Amino acid sequence: MSETGYNFAYLDEGTKRMIRRAILKGIAIPGYQVPFASREMPMPYGWGTGGVQVTAAILGADDVLKVIDQGSDDTTNAVSIRKFFERTAGVETTTATTQATIIQTRHRIPETPLTEDQVLVFQVPIPEPLRFLEPRETETRRLHALADYGLMHVKLYEDIARHGHIATTYAYPVEVDGRYVMDPSPTPKFDNPKMDDCPALQLFGAGREKRIYAVPPYTKVTSLDFEDHPFAVQTFKQPCALCDAHDVYLDEIVLDDRGGRMFVCSDTDHCETRRGEGHRGAMLGTAPEAITAGGNSRV
Amino acid sequence: MSDQSLLSARHLRKMYGARLGCTDVSFDLHEGEVLAVVGESGSGKSTLLSLLSTELEPTAGSVHYRFRTGETRDLASLSEAERRFLLRTDWGFVRQDAREGLRMGVSAGGNVGERLMAVGERHYGQIRGKAIDWLTRVEIEEARVDDMPGSFSGGMRQRLQIARNLVTHPRIVFMDEPTSGLDVSVQARLLDLIRGLVSDLGLAVIIVTHDLAVARLLSHRTMVMRGGRVVETGLTDQVLDDPQDAYTQLLVSSVLPA
Ligand SMILES: Nc1ncnc2c1ncn2[C@@H]1O[C@H](COP(=O)(O)OP(=O)(O)OP(=O)(O)O)[C@@H](O)[C@H]1O
Ligand SMILES: [Mg+2]
Repeated sequence: MSETGYNFAYLDEGTKRMIRRAILKGIAIPGYQVPFASREMPMPYGWGTGGVQVTAAILGADDVLKVIDQGSDDTTNAVSIRKFFERTAGVETTTATTQATIIQTRHRIPETPLTEDQVLVFQVPIPEPLRFLEPRETETRRLHALADYGLMHVKLYEDIARHGHIATTYAYPVEVDGRYVMDPSPTPKFDNPKMDDCPALQLFGAGREKRIYAVPPYTKVTSLDFEDHPFAVQTFKQPCALCDAHDVYLDEIVLDDRGGRMFVCSDTDHCETRRGEGHRGAMLGTAPEAITAGGNSRV
Repeated sequence: MSDQSLLSARHLRKMYGARLGCTDVSFDLHEGEVLAVVGESGSGKSTLLSLLSTELEPTAGSVHYRFRTGETRDLASLSEAERRFLLRTDWGFVRQDAREGLRMGVSAGGNVGERLMAVGERHYGQIRGKAIDWLTRVEIEEARVDDMPGSFSGGMRQRLQIARNLVTHPRIVFMDEPTSGLDVSVQARLLDLIRGLVSDLGLAVIIVTHDLAVARLLSHRTMVMRGGRVVETGLTDQVLDDPQDAYTQLLVSSVLPA
């Protein structure tokens, strides 16, 4: 029992069992949105209550928890959720991707490849990929049931017609295991290939919308596209200015009002680890302290 | 159902609770044939169209359809997936209110391309090419391909609906009052276009209208409904020039308001 007097990880055991049943069903039907009786959590919906409930339901006393928001362990949101589980479950927490057994995330998948011993829990605001074109819930359910996904391509068609290319860069729709089309939550499409054939279990929780879905380990995850406009991830012209990493997702940071800017890893743990290993980016010596330290000041 | 018929209705009946929608409607539609359904407001025309196109389930009676393979099936026996496939390949539906027949939040090209994508086309350039081709065929300039239907006139929206339906080369198009609510000159142009497409493509059409001039211009046969029942049916010229039923006589002599 933790100091606060709550049940382990806040939720009562009955609620956890209910959530675990939804998770198991989600794992059995990859990409399918399972309704669940989402509970009120002591934080606003926008803070990822769906992810928090999933984490609470799977957390064990010897788990090591990492929480990231936009790739950073130190935003207010990530810190609050980490503290919440430290208080209510007394579990160990970490910022190191390799140390964590459960990683709750909003907006990113860590750059460090995940392993079979890890579970990635996504906070999802809007789980329904078809909502953009079909607001009726009864109809979207039927479309999923019939694997009737032409509308997803209408959305991509509109993108190309308007912008000359598929301009969707976040929440880029994927087909899971050749069957269900799924919204990967507002992660950048850069992270989509990491979901494919991933050794870690991926769980998705949408609190306000009361849905849980899952991608089991080593499942095929394909980003939708056209033959003549194939899916492609964002590329960056230069490596991280702090740790010199290539092929990672970079955030643009404005340094002053005279157009000064730098591009640095969005995954702060990855960046710090690389710097610790001796990698040095072009601006490592000159960047302001607040940026090299990662943390709240970056967001 | 006769060997030649494409669609065949037998004793169709629809009750909305205690209220009659239509009853005892039977007919055969042949390939390339245009059938007009006329009658006063509330006579059951739209109800009948919804039964034929499987949007409503009949209270009694059946509709059979002959597939491209030659096989004839009772539409009630189709699975939901088969039914939807039929609706977006072999069939089309042009509605009086374009907002019901179009996706107003999607460009003209996307509206036309939707059916192609729904049946699995995945080449953007080809989908767009076909969309432009069909827009041109319904006399919408290529330059409007990326415009939203909301920026189109009433007549253009109806033409866009037609292009959106014809892109998969359907065999039957259901039309519910496609020209009403349009200016007379716009109506005339649309009717001309429909007439041309129907004969070029050999389409079968069931068109609901309360305008006998529309029936006269487009249809081979006309079915007159009143109070949910068919009161007269026959070749359009005969029905309109030499009506047998007393109600049809009133309708034709324009004693009744449309
Ligand atoms: N959804 C419904 N619920 C109850 N009654 C209905 C419904 N739809 C139609 N009806 C009734 O069924 C009858 C036939 O209506 P229907 O809409 O088929 O006529 P219509 O010939 O298409 O008329 P209009 O020319 O006005 O469009 C009318 O009495 C109508 O009130
Ligand atoms: Mg009607």
